[in-house]
Amino acid sequence: MITLHHYLLVSAALFSLGIMGVLTRKNAVNVLMGIELILNSANINLVAFSRYSSNGIDGQIFAIIVIVVAASEVAVALAMVLTMYRLLKTVNLDQADTLKR
Amino acid sequence: MSASDILFLIVAVVTVGSAAIVVLSRSLIYSAFSLLFTFFGVAIIYVYLGADFLAATQVLIYVGGILVLLLFGVMLTHRLYSLNLKTETFQVIPGFLIAFAVFISLALVSTRTQWHVVADKPLVPTTDMIGTLFLTEYLLPFEIASILLLVALIGAAMLVRRRTDV
Repeated sequence: MITLHHYLLVSAALFSLGIMGVLTRKNAVNVLMGIELILNSANINLVAFSRYSSNGIDGQIFAIIVIVVAASEVAVALAMVLTMYRLLKTVNLDQADTLKR
Repeated sequence: MSASDILFLIVAVVTVGSAAIVVLSRSLIYSAFSLLFTFFGVAIIYVYLGADFLAATQVLIYVGGILVLLLFGVMLTHRLYSLNLKTETFQVIPGFLIAFAVFISLALVSTRTQWHVVADKPLVPTTDMIGTLFLTEYLLPFEIASILLLVALIGAAMLVRRRTDV
């Protein structure tokens, strides 16, 4: 029998993998993939709680809004990555250190 | 265990496993393509949760939109003829420790807590409910989301245009 705990465990695994991707990857596009994993895990949590609670499908509405925010976030972030590539000829985050020098 | 439970376990393993490939693989292309399986797995999990409209939205927007954008990002920021689209890593040990600590604490919290679960709500189609809610109760977030999309569109186009005045 699949219970709420199973969904929460899958979501926790996705979330921590996303955290690890954001923290350890140098490539900016790969960091974006980690952020997408984090947003997906949050969405699973929202939909799971909306399924197992008594007040309607409000969680799904939240999840749709989160998807909208994720779409606009990835568009703007990729524009920033392309601008960074044009200026610095690299997308490695540790080489974008102009302010430190 | 019924057949649907076994199928859920397979889907969960595939989803988390391909997410692990996204995070751990050295090759950017492998990361992007295993992200495809993660997104499909999350869509199937939405189906298990009775969210049919959201599953279709997940496939349309994540697989059809965001994944293609990410692939564009990979392709446009590397020389195409260099086939080793590798990514380097740093802070691996602290990153792994932090992620592991986050997972352990989240798993403990979510399994130890006594949630007030409403058992066995009937599975109903959700599309008309979502449409009604968006045009009545959640009209303001709906409009703000559309403005956010417009702002993101203008911002993205503004960021990547070629500057002619500098």
